Amino acid sequence: MLFSKNEILETVKMIENQNLDVRTITMALSLFDCIDSSAEKTAQKVYDKVTRRAERLVKVGEEISAKYGVPIVNKRISVTPVSLIGASNGGFVQIAQALDRAAKAIGVDFIGGYTALVQKGMTAYERDFLETIPEAIASTDKLCCSVNVASTKAGINLEAVRIVGEKIVELAHLTKDAGNFGCAKVVAFANAVEDNPFMAGAFNGTGEGDAVINVGVSGPGVVKSALEAYRGAPIDELAEVIKKTAFKITRLGQLVAKEAAAALNAEFGIVDLSLAPTPAVGDSVAHILEEMGLEQVGAVGTTACLAILNDAVKKGGVMASGSVGGLSGAFIPVSEDAGMIDAVRKGSLCIEKLEAMTAVCSVGLDMIAVPGDTPASTIAALIADECAIGVVNNKTTAVRVIPAIGKSVGDEINFGGLWGTAPVMRISPLSAAKFIERGGRVPAPIHSNKN
Amino acid sequence: MRAIVTVIGKDSVGIIARVADCLSEHGVNVEDISQTVLQDYFVMIMLADLKKATCSVKELSDKLDTLGKKIGVQAKIQHEDIFNAMHRI
Repeated sequence: MLFSKNEILETVKMIENQNLDVRTITMALSLFDCIDSSAEKTAQKVYDKVTRRAERLVKVGEEISAKYGVPIVNKRISVTPVSLIGASNGGFVQIAQALDRAAKAIGVDFIGGYTALVQKGMTAYERDFLETIPEAIASTDKLCCSVNVASTKAGINLEAVRIVGEKIVELAHLTKDAGNFGCAKVVAFANAVEDNPFMAGAFNGTGEGDAVINVGVSGPGVVKSALEAYRGAPIDELAEVIKKTAFKITRLGQLVAKEAAAALNAEFGIVDLSLAPTPAVGDSVAHILEEMGLEQVGAVGTTACLAILNDAVKKGGVMASGSVGGLSGAFIPVSEDAGMIDAVRKGSLCIEKLEAMTAVCSVGLDMIAVPGDTPASTIAALIADECAIGVVNNKTTAVRVIPAIGKSVGDEINFGGLWGTAPVMRISPLSAAKFIERGGRVPAPIHSNKN
Repeated sequence: MRAIVTVIGKDSVGIIARVADCLSEHGVNVEDISQTVLQDYFVMIMLADLKKATCSVKELSDKLDTLGKKIGVQAKIQHEDIFNAMHRI
């Protein structure tokens, strides 16, 4: 036989017992050719393009899943930032609703791209766009929103940070009856990437092609299982094991991405190497860190373990795929990771520790519920903190925070499915309102004399 | 296309026969087969040629799944390229 018994069984076990899956095939579409003179015409063209171009996405995903015997959990679409597509006619909400209808018509799980890139300055239409976020997200089901408010080259747009903080609180109130779920579909970024297949931050960047396939793989359970055989081994040996495992996971992503791109007559974009957890048992990034030797995630040593994990995943993945991109690293969304949820419930993990962790891993403060009476300026300041980490360290960071209206520390919000359960976390009650009110732009950091 | 069929589960009489029957009914040729029993645990791996298959991989996968459940094993079919991708540089 071409493969050894062990190789075959390893793959089968990864899929059947260790939750290896392709998290998402995301088709990125350009909408520039949909811009028209009126909001209605633009929205119609957007609907037509998405339903035409991505019509077979779900079917192709299911076919590939059957062929390789591997679950493909989500099929998604990302589009050109809607703030640009609706700029000339202001039809942002109409476009939002057209995108939502299109997503439902073709059966995809999410559609991302209700996005503005305002890291340096804001045009009048971008200000208008930011104002529509609560209405657009509360009136749709599948649509996800992202706002890039900072970059290493431009600094931090503190006014945009303030506005996004306010819109998050407004959206939490608008979706109060649905567990403030709207806020799970909104993310603020520093250094947003243009080829991200993951939600809520996926959009098709202006430098991308007309139809591109980006794939996100997953498999925290596979890494955890691989490490179980190395208890007590030196840390560099663990890093090697993680690299080899990441290589295998990524090769699967590459195989699926190329096949999907060919079947959908689209370009192959990137494989995103992220280790994305789910609330399912055996699919947790926190449990990998604990397997590395921590009593519980949140303990001293957590940041170091996460840095090792993140680096090794990238090194293994980069060799496995000709085109790596997106967010690529370990995700630490609190509500979506059984180990993180457990650590927060036990008081082992706090926002301040999570913030430190975001300096060394993929993305940022993700799926964190805070008390419902948290002021918008505090949420804005949390975003500013995360942006500072991203901007100074030249990496992507993000904040996806959910004000739990009517709830306080100790309560929980249950989103269900992949979104999991978010225990409401303590956030500092000290005010940063006067800092946020200043507005203006935080200058871009210096890139010499790094200390 | 060529695919790998894996059957894992508790050993019992007639597992190979039933799986082979299911495959031959749908025009699938078995090119290679290897089987072991480890502590009452049955592991069988087949290399199957689907060139003359009379149904899609999806249908075949569903049929094997149903059969597996009936006889208490996990039966799975996967295109050989997934093993090439994951285990060969």
